[in-house]
Amino acid sequence: MQFKAMIISNHEVSPGYFRMRMSAPPELADARPGQFIMVRVRDAIDPLLRRPFGIFDVGTVASEFSGCGPQTYVEMLYKVVGKGTETLSTYHHGDHVDLLAPLGTGFDLGDPDEEKILVGGGIGIAPLYYLAKKLVERSRVRFFLGGRTRDDILCVTEFERLGVETYVATDDGTLGDRGFVTDVMERHIRGAAGKRTIYACGPMPMLQAVAGIAERTGVPCQVSLEAYMACGMGACLGCVVKGKEHSDESPDYRCVCKDGPVFAFDQLKWV
Amino acid sequence: MQKPDLSVEIAGITLRNPVMTASGTFGYGEEFSEYVNLEAIGAIITKGLSLKPKAGNPTPRIVETTGGMLNAIGLQNVGIDAFVEKKVPFLRTVATPVIVNFFGNTLEEYAELAERLDLIPEVAAVEINISCPNVKHGGIVFGTDPKAAYSVVKAVREATIKPVIVKLSPNVTDIVEMAWACADAEADALSLINTLTGMAIDLDKRRPILANVTGGLSGPAVKPIALRMVWQVARAVKIPVIGIGGIMTGIDALEFMLAGATAVQVGTANFLDPGAAGRIAAEMERYLADNGIADVKEMIGALEV
Repeated sequence: MQFKAMIISNHEVSPGYFRMRMSAPPELADARPGQFIMVRVRDAIDPLLRRPFGIFDVGTVASEFSGCGPQTYVEMLYKVVGKGTETLSTYHHGDHVDLLAPLGTGFDLGDPDEEKILVGGGIGIAPLYYLAKKLVERSRVRFFLGGRTRDDILCVTEFERLGVETYVATDDGTLGDRGFVTDVMERHIRGAAGKRTIYACGPMPMLQAVAGIAERTGVPCQVSLEAYMACGMGACLGCVVKGKEHSDESPDYRCVCKDGPVFAFDQLKWV
Repeated sequence: MQKPDLSVEIAGITLRNPVMTASGTFGYGEEFSEYVNLEAIGAIITKGLSLKPKAGNPTPRIVETTGGMLNAIGLQNVGIDAFVEKKVPFLRTVATPVIVNFFGNTLEEYAELAERLDLIPEVAAVEINISCPNVKHGGIVFGTDPKAAYSVVKAVREATIKPVIVKLSPNVTDIVEMAWACADAEADALSLINTLTGMAIDLDKRRPILANVTGGLSGPAVKPIALRMVWQVARAVKIPVIGIGGIMTGIDALEFMLAGATAVQVGTANFLDPGAAGRIAAEMERYLADNGIADVKEMIGALEV
């Protein structure tokens, strides 16, 4: 779907990180966790391309005061890194952006009886909140959250409010354990019995570590990837990653936008 | 006043309007079908096709630059067999002419592919890619030397009875000389420009951003160069010219037609606005209606210098 969205709110949740809520057509309430949106930041040529963002949350609210019908909203959590996100961070209630959504595949919610392990690094938690919201309806969910420093640890309270058990680690020890969150996660997996699935999103080195843990422990794992994209719908082929069969002689490229952004870790080539 | 007539003719194919989608920016049409009325587009030009599937370049493959983007996809495509099997059935359902852009490594490959495409009834015309800047073989070798361009166009001409369009590279000293060579080899039309070789650098890492180091620049940033080249070529050859380069609006498209283009292709704009081609055609119609121009063909080459 392509639609004009009105910004309902846009506030800084931690230095350099923003959470934006936008109006959306009712059909968007059916978006799957892990799908993403492409935002046209301005109706101008700079910034030129749309920017992809994971769906942080979708929902429907009924306004008590306006007399309007229920309004569907979509939220994204983003970090200011360049011209596009810098511009977005200046927007207020009532401003408009053009969206394509929902795009891509989503997470597979898996078996309700197993424990769900969510692992997020920095802004990589963006698609995990909506996932957690869906998962807690049917499964036990633990969330492992890492960042460089305490300012990179976002929205812990929101996850806890869902009834998710959260564990935090920072590189500098300013919040939670000192060290890599993947180490904390691996200790948990090795220390507990039962069936589980890992869902991860974050920087590539973190995802590589998670894939390594999944490999060593035999726990199924889905990862959500980030990539430069131009179109978001499989036409430009700008966002490809190497599939598991990839070699120089016989290339196997997958589009992050259309085949992903969520992949089973064993469908990708990690080195 | 009646609605203005937007139809144009290129090499015997009648287009309902002059706006086509540029190769490599619209996939095989199906990708965009959810967002666009494909029957509002003049013609669909598909992703550059080769005999065998082609992998393309390592990532990162794209980067945004001021007013434009650089790409170094490297002609990744499914190959002719998968095209026939998986892509043509969808294209058959769309009442819009389909033009297939294709390339080879050698003269023989160009000719063989042209022969294969000649047999596909859904293909209205072919567009020879001799201008991709991102691969060592497969185009640019033929696109920068007039003698080589002549021989590749001649080989394709002899291999197909379908209309032959040649897509020219701007990365040459004299584009008119290239255009002459293609016209002499009996091309039916020329499309220009393909992307300009460019580069983007990450200051902190002190490295090029693209894995391929250089890439092809497209988008509004290239429009003035494209307009100039279309104007030069359209004056120099008798065959129709298709203008390409940073077209974002109906006004942009009409400027290309004034410069001598019979039709235009929209590329980068498809990425930021999937419905760009149809919107641009509607904007052209509105301009013509507002200015009392009954037929878009009146605009072709009407530039006063």
